[in-house]
Amino acid sequence: MNCKLLSLFVFLFAASNLLINSSLQAADPRPVRYNRDIRPLLSDRCFHCHGPDEADRQAALRLDQADGEEGAYREASGVVAVKPGSLDESELWQRITSEDPDSVMPPPDSHKKALTKDEQELFRRWIEQGANYESFWAFIPPTSPAIPESELDTESPIDQLVRRRLEEEGLSPTAVADRRTLIRRVTLDLTGLPPTRAEIEAFLNDDAPDAYEKLVDRLLDSPHYGEHMAKYWLDVVRFADTNGIHHDHYRDLSTYRDWVIRSFNDNLPYADFVRYQIAGDLYEHPQQDQLVASGFNRLHLIIDVGTMLPEESFSRNVIDRVSSVGTAFLGLTLQCAVCHDHKYDPITQRDFYSLAGFFNNIDALPETGGRRGADFLRGLQEPYIDLPSAEQAEQLRSLKQAVESLTAQVAESKEQLSELEASVAQSHAANDSTPAQQDQDQSTDEPKTTNNDEALKEAKAELAAKQKELEAATKAHDDYLLNVPAAMIMKERAEVRPSHLLIRGAYDKPGEVVARTTPGFLPLMKSDHQVKTRMDLANWLVDPQHPLTARVTVNRFWQQLFGVGLVRTSEDFGAQGEWPSHPDLLDYLAVRFVESDWNVKSLMKAMVMSHTYQQSSIASPEAFKSDPQNRLLARGSRFRLDSEVIRDQILATSGKLSRQMFGKSVKPPQPEGLWKAVSLPSSYPNEYSADSGDKIYRRSVYTFWKRAMPPPQMSIFNAPNREECVARRERTNTPLQALLLMNETEYLKAARHLASDILAATTDDQQRLSMIYETITSQLPDPEIAQDLKELAADLRKLYQQSPDLAAALCADATAPASVPHDELAAWTLVASAVYNLDITKTKQ
Amino acid sequence: MDSEQQLNWMLARRQFLKTSGMGLGASVLGTLMSHKALGDADSGYTLTPTPKVKHVIFLFMAGAPSQIELFDYKPDLDQQFRKPLPPSVSMGQRVTAMTRGQEQLIAPSKFKFARAGENGIWMSELLPHLSQAADDLCIVNSLSTTAINHDPGKTFLCTGSEIPGRASMGAWLSYGLGSLNKDLPNFVVLNSAFWTGGTRNVQGLYNRLWGSGPLPSQHQGVKFQTSGDPVLFLSNPSGIDERIRRRMLDAVSQVNQQHLGAIGDPEIATTIAQQEMAFRMQASVPELTDVSGEPSNVLDLYGPEVHKGGSFARNCLLARRMVERGVRFIQLFHRGWDHHSILPKQLPGQCFDVDQASAGLIQDLKQRGLLDETLIVFAGEFGRTVYGQGTLELDDYGRDHHPRCFSGWLAGGGVKGGFVYGQTDEFSYNVVENPVHVRDLHATMLHQLGVDHERLIFPSQGLDQKLTGVEPARVVHEILA
Repeated sequence: MNCKLLSLFVFLFAASNLLINSSLQAADPRPVRYNRDIRPLLSDRCFHCHGPDEADRQAALRLDQADGEEGAYREASGVVAVKPGSLDESELWQRITSEDPDSVMPPPDSHKKALTKDEQELFRRWIEQGANYESFWAFIPPTSPAIPESELDTESPIDQLVRRRLEEEGLSPTAVADRRTLIRRVTLDLTGLPPTRAEIEAFLNDDAPDAYEKLVDRLLDSPHYGEHMAKYWLDVVRFADTNGIHHDHYRDLSTYRDWVIRSFNDNLPYADFVRYQIAGDLYEHPQQDQLVASGFNRLHLIIDVGTMLPEESFSRNVIDRVSSVGTAFLGLTLQCAVCHDHKYDPITQRDFYSLAGFFNNIDALPETGGRRGADFLRGLQEPYIDLPSAEQAEQLRSLKQAVESLTAQVAESKEQLSELEASVAQSHAANDSTPAQQDQDQSTDEPKTTNNDEALKEAKAELAAKQKELEAATKAHDDYLLNVPAAMIMKERAEVRPSHLLIRGAYDKPGEVVARTTPGFLPLMKSDHQVKTRMDLANWLVDPQHPLTARVTVNRFWQQLFGVGLVRTSEDFGAQGEWPSHPDLLDYLAVRFVESDWNVKSLMKAMVMSHTYQQSSIASPEAFKSDPQNRLLARGSRFRLDSEVIRDQILATSGKLSRQMFGKSVKPPQPEGLWKAVSLPSSYPNEYSADSGDKIYRRSVYTFWKRAMPPPQMSIFNAPNREECVARRERTNTPLQALLLMNETEYLKAARHLASDILAATTDDQQRLSMIYETITSQLPDPEIAQDLKELAADLRKLYQQSPDLAAALCADATAPASVPHDELAAWTLVASAVYNLDITKTKQ
Repeated sequence: MDSEQQLNWMLARRQFLKTSGMGLGASVLGTLMSHKALGDADSGYTLTPTPKVKHVIFLFMAGAPSQIELFDYKPDLDQQFRKPLPPSVSMGQRVTAMTRGQEQLIAPSKFKFARAGENGIWMSELLPHLSQAADDLCIVNSLSTTAINHDPGKTFLCTGSEIPGRASMGAWLSYGLGSLNKDLPNFVVLNSAFWTGGTRNVQGLYNRLWGSGPLPSQHQGVKFQTSGDPVLFLSNPSGIDERIRRRMLDAVSQVNQQHLGAIGDPEIATTIAQQEMAFRMQASVPELTDVSGEPSNVLDLYGPEVHKGGSFARNCLLARRMVERGVRFIQLFHRGWDHHSILPKQLPGQCFDVDQASAGLIQDLKQRGLLDETLIVFAGEFGRTVYGQGTLELDDYGRDHHPRCFSGWLAGGGVKGGFVYGQTDEFSYNVVENPVHVRDLHATMLHQLGVDHERLIFPSQGLDQKLTGVEPARVVHEILA
């Protein structure tokens, strides 16, 4: 293998990537900082054996702490691991630089990478500079950085803090993007939809100095804002429409989604957003919204009854709930402490099960029920609440009344019948008792028997009819119920269930009982209760002094707008996470967020109003190369749109989008057989049947999400399976994505719809392509591009004229006016499709 | 991987393909690149020795076939019919909800075994064609896993973890080894559209079984469809032919090029390259799945079912064609093995589906000289209990899930042929000699591909993730030739 070449490449990548975070460059004048420079190295190479996990700790040495009996400064048998100021006396230095395979750290058989020369150099400087330890940055409450008053008049704090960092690197910000780019960028970022041509024109013509701010305000007020914000949150909480395990049956959580959308639109303070979800059921008189939000605790994967042992299912559910709180609110990988103490963060296994105590007391079965009954068909599992509209409630009442009244009537008929039967039996018995007489009286008796039988027959018929009516009424009621929304909620059992530490995480190996509490390295939890409650936990999370919640949250919103978080690992703020690119900025935003009473819209506005956000994303290839992810923010961020936005943009620009909000999930067409290929015959549902009408043009946030087989239009563009909490999606660029954009039939139909509108609007080719281009990309084509597309249109027209069959096939079910020739429509459909396939169309720039 | 890295990666890979003749080096690069500390190229962080094999075909029998009827010959059980399994054997092991509290009474195999091949290994009468291929088979009777139910069991076998969200075997290989071809995906999943054992015992599948987990998602398996386009959205919609598609893509490419010049973002170049790859796939995939050129003597190897699209036999044939075209990892799913009841009635049909087809695959690869560089693995997610479930007659019984031991086989790819490894107790209940955990199977597969399972890592969720996880795993050198 060509190792030299390999090294060269690695070196190149290393050089371009690492400058963001550490002072690895030889000439770096900045003092070495423990948190930024040393801790990540220790965590990666050393903590596994010399870190927080007591079970794996070697040589009674832990390098995650300076002091203490096992701390780095301690002397044992005359050896000091780290002696501030002295390389000679620091065993750590001797060992990491040793050439002896038996002595060098990390040991070769640990499969940890050896420290490079540059990394060793960092340790040298750190020890020489005094080997200072710092508390882990993310576990200390944020404080707002000092910003000179004078500068505030001219520049927002965000821009100042970004510029400071740029100046350190000898860089400067880029100018504001052109207005078309700007309105497209901010409209996509705040609503997930592109601007219309009319909106663009209005913005271009608005000369007011606050034109951009007015635009931002309008977008923040748009109902589509909530839909777009919800999309990100639904990834974080792994929202889906099926159970995700075994049969992967239907599970209806759509009212929770509606609540998320409404919360963002109503600008519910984020602190309440957290409280409602963690503990909405524990308010004294919970409002409907609070109960619905508590469904957060029901979003985990869940198995249907029958194969797994219920106690195992129970344990899995609890672990899943706790882990999601870790990812969503704390930015910690709590799940690493299920089986043992965390290897890198000070989260003990005990901490995990102490947290589990808050989530193990649900008053619900650990598995979903069998296949029968209205609950199954509705995708519900107790506890849940019905949420009928006023009209539905009225209708339900009358349907229920019908059932009740028929039930009574049936009972009555039954009684009449049994009375009648009794009297007939009696008369028979009387007759039977004197058979001789019966024979004699036969002539007179017969009509009487007939009368009785007739009555009996009538009564039976009446009962049967009533029963049939009752069945029909019950069915009508149950059928109606299927369309009545409901919400699965969290509900505490009256008696507190003890939380056992599970030995090695095994559900059947319960260890000691642990009390409900929060990890010791985080602030103390306040509580007025003898047994702490989930509400205490929720309040603890949003305590202004909590070091993580606000940081984790603002970081995710930042990531949403800039493509990468200030902390790149937005799901992990622990030791293995990445040092923030702009620690001061992160803290400034976090503090500001809390001080604004957790005002999300205000935060979003501050970010999109910044110059940093508004910069042009055009740059030299060298700039893209030296900072590919734009961590330094010397330009506007340019990155591919998410799957939902790509689809919604196609629907919106083609005029097909249905703007109806809320409700149950919908099924736009997808290739046949995808579900069938993975489902059990008894899965519900087991085959995909696409909706029709406007439903198939609803925004993607409403698309039905089967965890075992998510919609391909979404998953091909990196949407997660929604089986685990995902705080950031990756963005790849693959041929399957190219195929999807080229060939998805609904996307092509959308292009045809747009083409048909444009053909009706004007006969001028130049205007046509300009309109198509502007509608889709918000830009006007420059002359060269216009020329390319014009030639394309001309060539396609010729090709379709030569192949009328193809043109007819492409236009088969089009609704275009008959006056439009097929070849014309086909050609322009392909021109529109070409524009939909451009890189700039699927990219926010 | 973000776009810049990806472009560089592609460029680097191309360079490597040129210089090293195969994709190995480039992917090491992928590994290193995605790792946090990138500056240590001199740290000796490399993959292991020379690879023995280039491809893996994993035949996944979803639902868990019974080892007792198929591979793990226990003639003495015939005397134990309806006798209780001694507690000293079961040792209070966990069971499923389906047989909890039930008496554990022995069900001997209804089916006979006979010696096969030069080494005279015991083979079941249900597998006549594989019996003839016995000299190529390395049967492992001492497999074990951690999960007792299907979903976690399958997830474990495919991703090394019961918890959803980890990268699958094929994704790891694609990530670690790179691609051998430029026109086809690196990791393909083929699902049988039907199976003879009926739908009664069928189990579900999940996207995650071929997912990329935290790895860059271009490494996820591409699941070929058994009807319609083999690759989703592959065909041009009606009304668009190849000329029109080409003309349109030319324009798209021209405009993208201009944007690349104006904007400067190399990601645009990647988009152009991927659109071209998509266009090539529109030709290469149909060429791959078109078996009309296969001569009858080759088709006959796979048995009569090969003529039906979507059959396991057809998928075996496609797997061979993929190996020829450089696909790295091919995973076939065959379902319907979950025999909780009427096992003797339904098992033969299942075996009919896979016996001749997999034997034919071995032979076909062999006659083309490809068996040495291709490792075939045949396994379910766990085994089945020696005690019966439900009705218990000599010719009518079922078996519950059993993770403590199960059987599978390997062929080709540098493993010993005509060889049986591992020993279970007389009840096929516990492994008593030479255990092979699923993790060990994974480690061994990776080893044959030239990858040290301890070093193929990806940082995610605060850990260096590995296919073999955090528990110890070992390469089973004893089964290697």
